Order: sequence, then C-alpha cells, then structure tokens
Amino acid sequence: MTIEELEQIAESVSQENAKYDFEVNVCMDLACASQGAEKLRDALVKAAEASGKSVFVRRTGCMGPCSAGPLVRVDPDETLYKHVHADHAEAVVASLGGKPVPELQCDLNEHFGSQVRVVLENAGYIDPEKIDDYIARDGYKALLTVLTEMTPSGVIHRITESGLRGRGGGGYPTGLKWGTVAKSHGDLKYVVCNGDEGDPGAFMDRSVMEGDPHRVLEGMAIAAYAVGATKGFIYVRAEYPVAVARLTAALRDARRRGLLGNNIGNTPFSFDIEIRLGAGAFVCGEETALLASIEGRRGAPRTRPPYPAMSGLWGKPTLINNVETYANVAPIVRNGGRWFFNMGSERSKGTKVFALTGKITNTGLVEVPMGIKLREIIDVIGGGVPGGHTFKAVQTGGPSGGCIPAEMLDIGVSYDALLKMGSIMGSGGMIVMDDTSCMVNVARFFIEFCMTESCGKCIPCRAGTAQMHTLLSRICDGTGTMEDLELLEDLCSTVKEASLCGLGQTAPNPVLSTLKYFRNEYIDHIVHKRCPAGVCNMKAPVEVLA
Amino acid sequence: MRKNGFARHALIETLHTVQSSFGYLDDDAIRFVALSLRVPLSQAYGVVTFYHYFSLKPPGKHTITICAGTACYIKGADKLIDAAEKHLGIPQGQTTSDGQISLMTARCVGACSRAPVVLSDGEVSGEMSAELMVEQLERWAVE
Repeated sequence: MTIEELEQIAESVSQENAKYDFEVNVCMDLACASQGAEKLRDALVKAAEASGKSVFVRRTGCMGPCSAGPLVRVDPDETLYKHVHADHAEAVVASLGGKPVPELQCDLNEHFGSQVRVVLENAGYIDPEKIDDYIARDGYKALLTVLTEMTPSGVIHRITESGLRGRGGGGYPTGLKWGTVAKSHGDLKYVVCNGDEGDPGAFMDRSVMEGDPHRVLEGMAIAAYAVGATKGFIYVRAEYPVAVARLTAALRDARRRGLLGNNIGNTPFSFDIEIRLGAGAFVCGEETALLASIEGRRGAPRTRPPYPAMSGLWGKPTLINNVETYANVAPIVRNGGRWFFNMGSERSKGTKVFALTGKITNTGLVEVPMGIKLREIIDVIGGGVPGGHTFKAVQTGGPSGGCIPAEMLDIGVSYDALLKMGSIMGSGGMIVMDDTSCMVNVARFFIEFCMTESCGKCIPCRAGTAQMHTLLSRICDGTGTMEDLELLEDLCSTVKEASLCGLGQTAPNPVLSTLKYFRNEYIDHIVHKRCPAGVCNMKAPVEVLA
Repeated sequence: MRKNGFARHALIETLHTVQSSFGYLDDDAIRFVALSLRVPLSQAYGVVTFYHYFSLKPPGKHTITICAGTACYIKGADKLIDAAEKHLGIPQGQTTSDGQISLMTARCVGACSRAPVVLSDGEVSGEMSAELMVEQLERWAVE
C-alpha cells in the first residue's frame, strides 16, 4: 500500500458516492440504536427503493446530540432530523430534492456553534465498518507519510510541538511520554491503548472506538513507529461488545489492506495489534493494573517507578495512551503541530470531547476547544437545565473528580483550572446536577463506587474508603455528628496521601469538593437533620416548624 | 485456547469464551482452563473472583441489568433497583428461586445520554420508568 494507492481508493469511493444524488446518514450509536435506528434504516432503504430516487443510505457512528435521537442527516444539504422513526421514512425520502420535513427538522445551530471537531471529525460521516470510507477522508495518509517521509524522532518532535496532553485524565504531555519510551532500551517494545472507560457517566471512548475505529489503529501505528514498538494491545471493557466487534473488524480490514502487519506501506516497519478484553474492574484503568490485566493476572496496581515507559508489559518498555489521545495523533501529523498548538488555552491545547449527561436538555457528545467556559458548554451547547429546575453543580472526572458549583462556571476548561477547583479533567464525563440532587448523597455514591472497586492491595484505600462510606451513610440518614464530619475530613487527607495508586489518591475528591462548595448541605444533614434536596431518608425526622 | 496459542496471558480471554458459551464459570471449567493453560489454580480462581464480569453461579433464564453509573444514578436508577428488588423479592446480584430472572447491576454501559438505562437480556432501553420495568418482569415471570 502506497499513498498513491490510498488516493486511488479515496477516488473510487468518491466516484461511487457521486453516483447517488442524495445520501441519508443514519446514526447507529447505542443511544439511537436503542430507539429503533436499525428499523429506521431498513425503512429508509425500502422507501428509497420505492421512490425510484437515487439515494444512498449509510449507517454512521455517533452524531453527537443523543437526546434528539434517532438522528438522520441528509446530504448534500446537511439537513439534520431529530426523533426520526420508521414511519417517518417515507416523508424523509419524499422531501429529498425539495423542502425539508419541518416537524422533524433539528435546529441545533447553538449546539454545534462553538464546537470544533478534531477527534470526532468523521463521526456521522463514515460507515465505521468500511475501511474505504475512512481512507476517503484522508485515513491512513498520516501513517504512510510518517513511514515514508519522517524519522521517528521527527514524529515525536511534531507531537511534542503540538502540546498534546494525555486525554485519559492525568494530562501528562504525550510527546514527553513517547520520547521516554523511544529512549528506553529493550529488544521488544509495546504500545497499549487504554480503552477501559470505567468512569461511569462517560462514553467518549466508546463512541470513538465504535464510530471511527481506524482512527485509533492509525494513531497506535504512528506511535509504534515513533517509539520503536512492534506489537500493540487495545484493552477494551467487556461491557462494550459493539466496540470490540468494530475493532475486530477494523483490525482485519487494516491487515487485508496491508496497513497493519509486516512491512506496512512496503517499508521495513512491521506492527500488529491484538484486542484484550477487560472484565469489569474500574482499577484496570490505572496503567500498571491494566498491564497486569493484559498479562492475564488480577488487576492490582504496583508501585511506580519503574514507570511502564521503562518496564511495562512483561518487563518491556511500554507506551500507554488513552483512546482519545491516539485519536488526536493522525490529525496532528496531517495538519502539523502548530495547527493543534494554536487551538485551546495556554497550557491545554487542542480540543476535548465531553460526554454531557444528567439534568441537561441536550445530552450527548460534544467536542470543544480547551479553554471554553463551562457555562458555555452547559447553557449554550447543553441548552441548560430542563424542567424549570436550577443548576446546582457539574461533576467532572467521575469517581476521581469533583463537583463544580454555579459560581465557578465562568472558568475556562483546562487541566490546571479543573485541578485548582478540586476536580480533574478525567476522561471527559460531565454530569449536570440540579436542585433535586443531594450533594452528600452524591459523595456517598462515589465513595461506595470506590469502596467496591478498590482492589484491596493497599490499606488506606481498602479500609479508608469503607470507613468514609460508613461516615457518609451516617450523615445521609441523619445520625451523623460534627465529630463524624471532622473525622471524615481527616480520613480524606489520609487516603489521598497514603494510597498506592490513582484510584485511592483521588477517591476523596468527590467528598472534598462537595465539602468545599456545599458544606452547608452537610451541616443541614447533621445539625438540622434535613436533606435540602429531599433525597436522603432521615432516620429521625424532626418536626418542621411552620 | 488454541486461537491464543495456549498462552498463559490469555487466561482472561479464555475465561470470557467459556463464560459466553456456558453462561457462568463452575469449578470444573476453572480447573480445566487452569490446567490447559498451565496456570496455578489459585491464580485462575483469583482472576475469576477479582473481576465483576465473571460469575460463579448460573444465570436465570432472563437477566435484567440496571445501570448504576453516575448519570443513571442522578436520574433515579436507585429507585429502579429498589422497585426491582421489591418486585422480585431478591437482592441485586441474585436469581429468583424458580431460576427465571436474574437481577444485576452494571457499572455503566455507556448509554448515559439516555439515562436511566436498563438492559433486558442485553437489549438496551433508555429513559426507563419503574412501571415499564416491572411490566417487563411480569412478562418474563410467566414465560
């Protein structure tokens, strides 16, 4: 496979597409699929055949605004339709070439207005099961360019120049990590993709793996060339069966096209990837635990150093990056490091994909430039809190993150700003809570999560989270005391300081951040024995004075 | 196992295959896998019990899985769990005594935009209400 051959494939795809007057793209992502997108597609195909028009019906990955699903986009006019069901198929097909169907039209200019699509550039435009669709949108061009025109250190330089930071949550500079692995000595090196999106409330990585799987493979292959690895692993949660199937198909197609395997692009570079399934353990998102799991052992983390960059899988130097990080690689190579560097805020470059969920009008996937104000994401893109309720907090970073109150919403999103607010970027879950959510209860929910997910290797995390859960439960049912609150704060700092891995070190964050911003809710529970949001069941109800 | 060349590190892969064929992992299955891959029995058992996905008990004829991820929780998944437990008379993670229905919870199935989410025999339905869910359970109970 050479660049010329890639261009030939792209050319033949566009010729094929040009045969049709219209394209009807149906979103097949989980949210739309669970509302009958499959039936809708069949109905559209049938209606198109019956109408005699020249229509191509394509299944695509996630288009973004899931709450408006099932979604259909008609090209070339780029008309987006919401809540389309099988019985609308005829109306949609009949409208082709004429005026759009008014009652289905989805006006989301505000929703898309401030979004910038890098990682999701193909989402909704390609059939994830067709490698040629990806190639037609410049897919694998970056890989072949790298292999034929760039040195490994040149690639690392470009990634460093772009300012890309790890999208898994920690925000470690990607170029620096690649450089360390490249410099490590070893006869064998590995490249690992962390697709263990364990953070409940986040589904960006699932959408990327399902909607544009080749992008991840291409990013991994470029990384492998840069660091000198020959073997790669993608670690995917077993809870994502569709992602596993799409990646398996993508691997097969890429091998067939000679874009993975021996002598890729007729160069001396050989690289292949295997899929590894997770089995439901949150801690396996921690890199050393993930490596243990790939080796077929219990997913217990170990002390670092040595870092995986020196001694990872089977003791060999290993590069671990998140799905979204790899998804950024190909566009950076194609467009140059400066292009990426010019997007975003001072120390956080590029864009970030967020999964916007909870008490918000437009739920779904959004991709925004770093530095954008939280308020803009929630009020403009997300359309605000529905049902006349008021916004209370937004939770980022999952069980390792924190809750950000309304008064902090004017701060721009970046790794450092979120850390300062007591939360973390995390993998990109963003859960909006309104006045019906009790912050003490939310804190207890996360601690319960960390308690059950603690691997049990180190005591601060194993015993600490259990004790914190007991204290929080007491506060929630109205039997807590102010001493309990003091003890809780004390325990938070112990668990944070003394735990072995990221899970324990960040487990107290939801408690600390809610204590910082919503301390009066704790006081209400303890002193006044009441839950302001009316969520917690108080054991000792007190009479309300009229 | 042959697909993975009987490699020891393919233990989790192999257990996945066994569980998807038989529905759960019994002692014989774990013993067989451990022996074939030359992995100590303790390691195989340790792996099985460590990961939530593996089950040592046979599942019921139908399985209802309620997502307990954060987005679902905020939208009232806990009420769904309560309703299901009350209706079936079993705590989560158990199967009814007639072997008809298993009640499970999941850590997040990634369909957060349609929270709260329930999986009925693996099929995702979003924006679930307790009434709708109980209706499904009633249909299953007589099947």
